[in-house]
Amino acid sequence: MNTLTFDVAHLLAGTLLLVSFMLLYQDRLYALLNVYALHAFVLALSVAWQAYAQDAPHLYVTAGIALVFKAILIPVVLHRMIVQLGIHRQIETVVGIGPTMLLGMGLVALSMVVMLRVTAEADPLAREDLAFALSVALLGLLMMVTRRNAVSQIVGFMSLENGLVLAAAGAKGMPFVVEISVAFSILIAFIVIGIFLFRIRERFDSVDIAALDSYRGERQ
Amino acid sequence: MSFDAVTAVLVIPATAALLLAVLPGYRLTAYLNVAAALLSFLAALSLLLFERPEPGHYILVDDLNNVFIVLTTFVGFTTSVFSASYIEHELEIGRLTPAFLRFYHAMYQVLMFALNLALVTNNIGVMWVAIELATLTTVLMVGIYRTHEALEAAWKYFILGSVGIALALFGTILVYMAAEPTVGEGLNSMVWTTLMAHASAFDSALLNVAFVFLLLGYGTKVGLAPLHAWLPDAHAEGPTPISAVLSGLLLNVALYALLRFKMLLAANPDALAPGPLMISMGLVSVVFAAFMLYRRGDIKRLFAYSSIEHMGIITFAFGMGGPLANFAGLLHMTMHSLTKSAIFFAVGDIAQVKGTQKIADMGGLTVTNPVLGWGLVLGVVAIAGLPPLGIFMSEFVVVTSTFAREPLLALPLVFGLLVAIGALFLRLNAVAFGEPRGPTYKAKGSYAPMFAHLTLVLIAGIYLPGPLVAWFQSVARLLG
Repeated sequence: MNTLTFDVAHLLAGTLLLVSFMLLYQDRLYALLNVYALHAFVLALSVAWQAYAQDAPHLYVTAGIALVFKAILIPVVLHRMIVQLGIHRQIETVVGIGPTMLLGMGLVALSMVVMLRVTAEADPLAREDLAFALSVALLGLLMMVTRRNAVSQIVGFMSLENGLVLAAAGAKGMPFVVEISVAFSILIAFIVIGIFLFRIRERFDSVDIAALDSYRGERQ
Repeated sequence: MSFDAVTAVLVIPATAALLLAVLPGYRLTAYLNVAAALLSFLAALSLLLFERPEPGHYILVDDLNNVFIVLTTFVGFTTSVFSASYIEHELEIGRLTPAFLRFYHAMYQVLMFALNLALVTNNIGVMWVAIELATLTTVLMVGIYRTHEALEAAWKYFILGSVGIALALFGTILVYMAAEPTVGEGLNSMVWTTLMAHASAFDSALLNVAFVFLLLGYGTKVGLAPLHAWLPDAHAEGPTPISAVLSGLLLNVALYALLRFKMLLAANPDALAPGPLMISMGLVSVVFAAFMLYRRGDIKRLFAYSSIEHMGIITFAFGMGGPLANFAGLLHMTMHSLTKSAIFFAVGDIAQVKGTQKIADMGGLTVTNPVLGWGLVLGVVAIAGLPPLGIFMSEFVVVTSTFAREPLLALPLVFGLLVAIGALFLRLNAVAFGEPRGPTYKAKGSYAPMFAHLTLVLIAGIYLPGPLVAWFQSVARLLG
């Protein structure tokens, strides 16, 4: 194993995790979208490096999708949407920033303990990648449960999904990585179009999920 | 010949979806939808008669998924018949516009395609993509009425379903990582039959972690508590034919995915036993859903919770394992699909007759609409697990086989079942008997699908044909 290859992969995956932490404490939607664009950009670099290290040209396609679709297109579209919906205000977090960061660190520690232990015999490159990927995915989940705003929940989901793409790219020779990233892009496009087409704002007068809770599903 | 049948099961719905997306006209498209569903069912039946294809990289047909394919296409067919009459009424009262109707029919066939693909594929990656596709189509159909409630239900389903799907993907990647050192890089490490053949050599620690992710991911789709939050909303707010296919088919297909991975773990001697995990999630679902049944005011939501309860029983049975419990689980799954979709057919008609889904506004259905009312009574008697209907048989086998092996586990199971029976009859009494309440419009829906299902359930409760028993027994052995 070439140590430079390993170190660069490690550095990029670590940066992705760092950006995930940055996502956790962004309390303005614009800043959140910018950081998400950075997140997707680091993912693109990381996947491209995996493509180079594993000599797997199809991974460049996945990196390209991450760059064009996730780092540029989606943030731009969401940017325009939040302007149109008039919600470029502060995000309310359910838990404070301090506890959220502590919880996030706990999750990272958990995923390191779990993944590094069970993958003791695996290829070290894949192993580190997988541990980072699980951390990124868990932080995405954490973000989804702590945010109440529909747009930031989507950003949380997209960062979760970035973690999965990192894991899939790290698994050496795994088929369908490109297909999976395309499938995810379609899913995300649906969510974004869904907010817009189903006129969540028009129907609910807010993209704040708390406002949707008026309907609890059950009225006797 | 047999290869053609597998292709047909996939190609017919895919072609029909394309056609339905472009063809105008309500009658034509409704008939086409029924015809496509019937053809798929016939193709699935022919899989039983002719020789099966050799398992390839993408396609696998064995005893296990054959049960699922036949059941899926059959319920898909009867639901399309019900849907034709149901949707006509929705058009008349203006809840759906012709454009949305076209979309609805196309999505119905895409859903059928996705379910069939998830069942016949031999590749765990393709299976994941197919289940994602099925989720997406059902999300769109749940939100099709575009009311406040429908959109919230669709959004909730979407977010929870996406998280479930993401976890399942992580589990799939881990299975690949576990297989790669033994099987080698590339496609082979995702082919289920190859994985099974080499499973004993896999790294067991990695498989264990993978299974936990898969259980949480696909378990969300099965609707196991505590991951069930999307299920009642999605059932209550979408069109009723979709509630029928959600309960009768989508939950089963997700469970099928779990079963495949359970078999994989069972083939590795060092891996953790998947049984106890499934047993505990199943039991929690049964008891939780049984209590939740009491405070339901919405009739579709009531039966959605009943679906959670029954999926819990089925997961419990498969978790117990062994020939008898697996047989019971398989039988229960079949009976539940048939009964629950029959109930939703009845409920769809009732909601149209009464113009509401609120139980408080219904009453005396057996007086005002005798056929519909008694159909519902029969369905609820069946789903509650009373003799002589089919669910009684399967629940009886689940309970007795559990008592024989782990009496302590049988106690909470029986407790949950009894609590559920009480709740179901309490609500049934309010809806079907007593003074007629609420408005009564004329029923337009077709009763044939409902009574076809109930007749099958009744026959199965009285007499199970020998070949069917032998077939299910061979599947039960396969499941280990």
